[in-house]
Order: sequence, then C-alpha cells, then structure tokens
Amino acid sequence: MISQFFILSSKGDPLIYKDFRGDSGGRDVAELFYRKLTGLPGDESPVVMHHEGRHFIHIRHSGLYLVVTTSENVSPFGLLELLSRLATLLGDYCGSLGEGTISRNVALVYELLDEVLDYGYVQTTSTEMLKNFIQTEAVVSKPFSLFDLSSVGLFGAETQQSKVAPSSAASRPVLSSRSDQSRKNEVFLDVVERLSVLIASNGSLLKVDVQGEIRLKSFLPSGSEMRIGLTEEFCVGKSELRGYGPGIRVDEVSFHSSVNLDEFESHRILRLQPPQGELTVMRYQLSDDLPSPLPFRLFPSVQWDRGSGRLQVYLKLRCDLPLKSQALNVRLHLPLPRGVVSLSQELSSPEQKAELAEGALCWDLPRVQGGSQLSGLFQMDVPRLPGPPSHGLSTSTPPLGLGPTSLSFELPRHTCSGLQVRFLRLSFRPCGNANPHKWVRHLSHSDAYVIRI
Amino acid sequence: MPYLGSEDVVKELKKALCNPHIQADRLRYRNVIQRVIRMSKLDQWGQAEVLNFLLRYQPRSEEELFDILNLLDSFLKSGSPGVVMGATKLFLILAKKFPHVQTDVLVRVKGPLLAACSSESRELCFVALCHVRQILHSLPGHFSSHYKKFFCSYSEPHYIKLQKVEVLCELVNDENVQQVLEELRGYCTDVSADFAQAAIFAIGGIARTYTDQCVQILTELLGLQQEHITTVVVQTFRDLVWLCPQCTEAVCQALPGCEENIQDSEGKQALIWLLGVHGERIPNAPYVLEDFVENVKSETFPAVKMELLTALLRLFLSRPAECQDMLGRLLYYCIEEEKDMAVRDRGLFYYRLLLVGIDEVKRILCSPKSDPTLGLLEDPAERPVNSWASDFNTLVPVYGKSRWATISKCQGAERCGPELPKTSSFAASGPLIPEENKERVEELPDSGALMLVPNLQLTADYFEKTWLSLKVAHQQVLPWQGEFHPDTLQMALQVVNIQTIAMSRAGARPWKAYLSAQDDTGCLFLTELLLKPENSEMQISVKQNETRTETLNSFISVLETVIGTIEEIKS
Repeated sequence: MISQFFILSSKGDPLIYKDFRGDSGGRDVAELFYRKLTGLPGDESPVVMHHEGRHFIHIRHSGLYLVVTTSENVSPFGLLELLSRLATLLGDYCGSLGEGTISRNVALVYELLDEVLDYGYVQTTSTEMLKNFIQTEAVVSKPFSLFDLSSVGLFGAETQQSKVAPSSAASRPVLSSRSDQSRKNEVFLDVVERLSVLIASNGSLLKVDVQGEIRLKSFLPSGSEMRIGLTEEFCVGKSELRGYGPGIRVDEVSFHSSVNLDEFESHRILRLQPPQGELTVMRYQLSDDLPSPLPFRLFPSVQWDRGSGRLQVYLKLRCDLPLKSQALNVRLHLPLPRGVVSLSQELSSPEQKAELAEGALCWDLPRVQGGSQLSGLFQMDVPRLPGPPSHGLSTSTPPLGLGPTSLSFELPRHTCSGLQVRFLRLSFRPCGNANPHKWVRHLSHSDAYVIRI
Repeated sequence: MPYLGSEDVVKELKKALCNPHIQADRLRYRNVIQRVIRMSKLDQWGQAEVLNFLLRYQPRSEEELFDILNLLDSFLKSGSPGVVMGATKLFLILAKKFPHVQTDVLVRVKGPLLAACSSESRELCFVALCHVRQILHSLPGHFSSHYKKFFCSYSEPHYIKLQKVEVLCELVNDENVQQVLEELRGYCTDVSADFAQAAIFAIGGIARTYTDQCVQILTELLGLQQEHITTVVVQTFRDLVWLCPQCTEAVCQALPGCEENIQDSEGKQALIWLLGVHGERIPNAPYVLEDFVENVKSETFPAVKMELLTALLRLFLSRPAECQDMLGRLLYYCIEEEKDMAVRDRGLFYYRLLLVGIDEVKRILCSPKSDPTLGLLEDPAERPVNSWASDFNTLVPVYGKSRWATISKCQGAERCGPELPKTSSFAASGPLIPEENKERVEELPDSGALMLVPNLQLTADYFEKTWLSLKVAHQQVLPWQGEFHPDTLQMALQVVNIQTIAMSRAGARPWKAYLSAQDDTGCLFLTELLLKPENSEMQISVKQNETRTETLNSFISVLETVIGTIEEIKS
C-alpha cells in the first residue's frame, strides 16, 4: 500500500511529510518528485510517475500537491479517491486548504494522518469516527474583515446578501470542538452545475454537457436527519416520464452511499443523516438535450486584409437567459494570430473592459442582463498575418491563429437542467440549540464554453 | 491487516484466508467468503480491500460463480470509483470463461467510466481515459456512440488532450466518422504545434479505413502552407501510401508545392521518398529533386542525403532523360566530397551498381511500392478481454504496456533482500518467485551455496508431522515426458544428499514421491513430487522449516538439475 505521503506547496516546498513504512528513501523524495514533475516532457502525464521502484501519484488541490508513493501495483482509482478525500478532510478540519492553513495546523494534520492511515493502509476517513480521536484544535487566521470580497466557490456567500458581512462558512473549520455558543448551527446546500458547450463556426451546436452536483456542508451535530426534496417532475433517463410536459430530465444520477432512497421513487425526496463537514449528496449528468436555451450566442464577423495587416473583429454577444436573470463575471477569451501589435476597441457599455493579454483578447463584462445584446468592435494590426495567401479584404476564412472563443461566466440562481431543490427539512433538532439556519443556493458556471469562429 | 470496520470482520477474513483447515474444506471456505461479501457495514476502503482479496478465490462450480456475482452486483453501482472499478475487475476475472458476462459488465461500467472522464479532477479523468483505451482494444465499438464526450476542450492539459485524441481515433465507426473527422480537423490548426501534429497523425490512423475523406482533409491542410502542418502531413502521406495504395493518385496530385514549406529532416525524407517511388506520376518530381541536389552541400542531415540518393536513382529508372545529369552530379559529390561515410558508401555502391548495368539496377531497386498486408500486422488485433483483465484497475493501463514492461524489469533487478514469496497462495499455482529473481540467483553462484547434510535419517512419522505443520514455500511445474525408473531417480537424489522418504511404485497413477533434505545450518527442506496421469508435467512442492529464500532457491535449482538430468538420460 502507501509508503509515504507528502504535501508540497505550489513552488515545491515540502509542508508535510510522513513515512508509513520506512521502506523507500527519506525526505529527499519530496524534492525528487518536484524535480521530476517540472522536468517532465510535455506529452507525458504527471499523474502517475515512476522512479527507481517507486510510483508517485498526486493530485493538485488549491495550489498544493498532495502526493503518495507506493511500490506496489495498486488501484489508481482508489489512490486518487483517497487523495481527494484527504483534501476534503483537511479542508474540513483546518477551515480551508491552502499553504497558510496547512502551515498553521501542522500538528493537526499529522494527527489526522495518524488516524486515517496505519502502516500505509486506510483505516477510516469518516468524520464521525475521526472526531473521537482528534484532540488538536484548528488554528484559524484572523477573522474576516468587512472588506474581504468573497468569490463564487464559498458556501452561502451570495444568499446572505441581507447581512453586512460575508459568511465565513467557507473558511471556518467544521469540526472544531469549541463551545456551542460560538458555533452557529448552519447547513448549506449548493446545487452546482458545470456547463460544457461546443458550437461550430456555422452556429450549429456540436456538443452540450452538464455535470451537476448537490453539495452539502453541515455544521450541525451529527444525528440530525435531513430531508431534501427535489422537483417532482425530475426524470432519470430517456424513457421515464413524470407529470405533464417534458419535465426535467437528466441522463444519469448517482448518490452518496449514505443517502436513503426510499422516498426517491415516489416523491423525489432524499433522506440522510449527514456527518459534519462537506459531502456530495448527488451527482448527475445531462447531455445533448437542454430544456432551456443556451445562455450565450455569439455572432462574430471577421474582416482582414493581408496586404495591410489589418484585422477587424466585430463580436455581438447575445444573452438568452430569462429577462430577470443575469450572468456575472463574463469573460470572453479570443486567441489572436501571432504578432498582434495594437488594439483599438469600441465597446457598447462603459463597465466593460477589453485588453490584449498573452496573445489573446480578453473582454470582461461584469454583469450581463438576460435578453440583452452587447457588442464590441476590435481592430488590430498584425504585420505578418499567417494564413492562405490572398489580397484585399477577405471574409471567407478567418486567419490562422484566430482561435475559438471561450466564455467563462457564472449564472447565479440558475440551473441549466432546471433541477431545483424544493425544500430542506431537518427532522431532529438537538435540544437547547436555536433553530438551525438553512441556506440553499443554485448556481451554474461554465466549464468550457467554446464557440468556433 | 487493514482495518475493515470491526474486529469481527477482520477475524472472518483472517479465518478464511489463512487457516489451512478452512482452506481444505471447500464448503466452510465458501461460507466464510459469502459472509465476507455480505458485510454491509464496510466503508468504501473496506469494500475495495475485500474485492481485492476475492481476486484470489476460484469458485468451484458455475452455480457458485453466479451466486458470488449476484452478491457483488450492488458494488457495481457504488458511488465510489475505486469500488466500482474493483468490482468490475473481479467480475472480469471470475467470469473469464464467460465472455458474454464480461461484455455485459463492461457495458454496465460505461456510465461510471464516462462520468469519471468528465470529472472535475483532471487526474481521475486521465486514469479513466487510460482504462477506456484498454477496453477499446477488445471492444472497439463500445464507446462509439459517446464520441462527443471525448472532444477536447481548450483548457485541458496537454496529456489529457493527447489521450482523448487517441480514443477518438480508436472509436471511429461509420456513423460518427464524419463528426470525428470534423473535430480532428479543427484540432489540426490548433495553436500548439505538438497537439496539431498529434491530431494529424490521428487522422492518418483513421485514414487506413476511411481513406478518401482523410486524404481530402489532409490535402486541404497542405493548402495552409504552415511548416509544422505540412511536414507531418507529408509523413502521414508516406505511411498511408505504403498501406493503402489506392490513394496514391490523390496523394500525388496533392504533393506539388509543399517542398517550399518543409525544413525539418523527417519531412524532407518523407517527401523525397514519395518523389522517388511515385515520381512518374508527379510531373515536376525531377525539378524538385534537382533543387535538393543543388543544395546538397548545405544539407545538414545525412539521412536526407541517403534518401536523396535512393530516390534519385529510382526516378532515373523511370525518367532517365531528366535525371541523368543531376544523378551524375550527386554521385560525384557524394563520392568525392561528402564527409559522412555512410552516405559516401551508398554513393559508391550505387555507382558500381550502375557500372554493372541497368538491368541489375532495376532488379535491385525495384522494390514493392506498397504493402497493404503490413497494415494487418501493425494494427493491433482485437485482443480478448482475458489478456488484460488482470491489469484493469491497476497502474498498468496508466503507464501503457511497453513502459510497464521496462519498469517491472528494472524493479525485478533492483529488488534485493528477501522478497518472500506469498505463502498463502492457495489458489495460484505456478512459479511464485518472479523470473528476474531466479536469474539473479543464478548469476551469484557463491551466495547461497547449499551444503546438504549427507545420510540424513528422517523417520516417516517425523516427516509427516513436519509436512502438515508447514506451509508451501515454493511450488513449481516441470515438463515431463513418459516413463522412468523410480530407482534411478532415487539414486540420483542420493548423490546430491536428498533422501527419499517414500515413493510410489513405477507406473502408479498418480505417481508421488516425498523427499527430505537438510542443510548444514539445520534448515529442513521437505519436497513432494507429483506426476498426474493426464498432465505431462511434474509438480514440485517444497516446504521449508525456516524461511530463507537464498537457500530455498539453491535447493530448488539442485532439484531441477537432478530431475532434468534424469529426463535427459531416459530420453
């Protein structure tokens, strides 16, 4: 099984090192790994590397490298799953996973590793069982300041718009054993969807793929039973039909092993007793058949003159979301041919911004309202324009290097598949505590939204 | 022992796997196994461990096999990818005699594998892609309808894109070839030159089956006049023309004009070869080659010069008037002024060949222009699932077979120190000591030189008691033919100080013998020889009362030598 486990920062500094079996090398193995990683040729995969009888398997999480070494031919799926679970566990205990939090909580991390792995074999990764053994407290950095802006990934951040301060839920350690008064009883449920879309140059849709997860972060004491109700017309697979009309359909769904599915068939209710910490309750995928129209459509028009090296790109972006919705932090990234020297732009609204960065055009639109249409005209000088030879203005084929546009955006309060959480009920309330707060949030964001020119 | 949830579980497993009494009693063993499988309180790590242990179990009957598969069915739907893959591997190995069950399980695991391929975690994605490729070796049409999941997205790391392109190449069929080629064509103009070249090679791979469409796409790519694209396209054309001669015409029409865009050695060689072999169909072939000849003094790559010599001579045979002059100049340069000896030798050879006569030249140089049968050799034939089932869910598909072979060879050579053979291999037979270790033992003859004590007197009772209390340290099978005299064997063994405790009569079926020996440190070796009637092989089981691998190995080599000698004598 596992011989060693270590965590490196993004620059290769070892933060944690633990040897379980004493059969392969010493601390210098961490440096060896980093050197090998950075020296790897481009087409070889760094995920599993081999050196002198040892296999190095690692994941990158929050900028850190979590690495295990083993000398046996073990299951890669099992090891990767272990590493992800360790990352989540460390995040639960220390608040968040990062170079700073790990360096502050070294003792806690070693204690956790001691309990989770024994002589390289996994004992348990369940927070329930570990809670009984872990004594060390997490050291949290100074509490949030009002000027800290939170980003999308934090639990509960956007649903607390009525409060002044953003929630510290994302960085608060879940499993501390401090007194109850200082702890808020809260539970956060996020329905997060990742949207991958590929649109061809003639506007036809080549591929659309939605990967969704329902994630739960619970600060409640374990033992409380929770019921999550999903939309009743939620169908799994192509042949199922519920309710009237097309309903909300996904292709495949998989649940966490602790979810009770007794009422799922009849009423689409999930029952579980969540442990403290983070948990992915349900995962689902949907391809090719979205009930709602795609959020963005792009109408590009490119004119270029090889003789004078002038390239003119007119982009019209149309947002097809419902009128009340909006898309946030929209960024359009368009790679340009080599040797672009200058950019002049005309944008339709003052809060947008466009700049040339690393051979590509980056157009930032902080907020796009549903149903709106935005345009930008960009003119560039490209002294040596590569592509098929032609003279005069040409609009037929775009020049080589004018790459596919990719959009990245977030759609708050919107799910592409249409799945909604109807209710979240807690059946058992531990006595003496105030009513627990429940936060439910729906969110979609782009994974790879590519439109070819 | 890994912790599997509770003490009872651990006890059960220990009982089942280590106790020889339970092992001996099939029914009790089976009951314990069933109880182990039914344990529901295991977490995902425990389940994965149990599935791993069960790999060593061989069910007695078909009924038992399907019983176990039914019990394990729920593991295939687990939320943890480690458990699902472990269960899949177990199914594949247990059902090795039932290919339809194997195919069925691979269909069921399609969903989880595809989900892993689109996972947020890139590492999981990569490992899943490697396994998808493994499955495609045996079932090429398995993922054809899901080809869209393997389209590359621009933000993915390079190694994932390469894997996806390979998968796309392998899952092409009549229905999706249009879309897949469209997609690959898009990749050929990617900003990254490496990726573009990989995509072009992939199109070349597909071209063996869908020649016309691919040649058309490749010709269009030539029109872009990009250096890194043109060189790879020409190389692809060269390989394609060799395997699919029907596209030669189209290729020859596409070639003129691309010589301006090729600067690297590989591309030039490919172009020159094409011009030489198919020059008669390409109108301006002699003029292109003339360009190369003019610049041969500044040509840096000797491989290009060698190719140029051969190509020009070939073209000379079909178009003598145009080539005669420059052939002369080239030969003069190569023989008189060239510094690279290989090139000079080839030039000399061709010159002398020409002196002999044109018929001789024709005879030697007119090699076949294509060899479609090579395609059958190169294309990996559909391998049966059983050839890779034991590698599923291990690191082997992640590295790839060839790299794994190099790794395991290095590992075997390095592993020093007593690597104890697995003593509890009740189901496996066959050599437990890997081949590498045996070789190493032979290389060091002085270490482990065995001194067997002569005249060892061991009573039958003592032998039996010791035999039953020890575990098998080594088991091996030697080929054996026909009859022999037990007395001869006994005497031969006596010579090397191995005592025969008991031996069956000659001609008994099955034939058994029990041997004992002791070395000078007091370590006892007890051996059973078993010759089954139906097999033409002899099974040797050795037990040692102290585990010492070097002496064990030496003893076995002595035994093998004796038995080998007996076999030779009688035959």
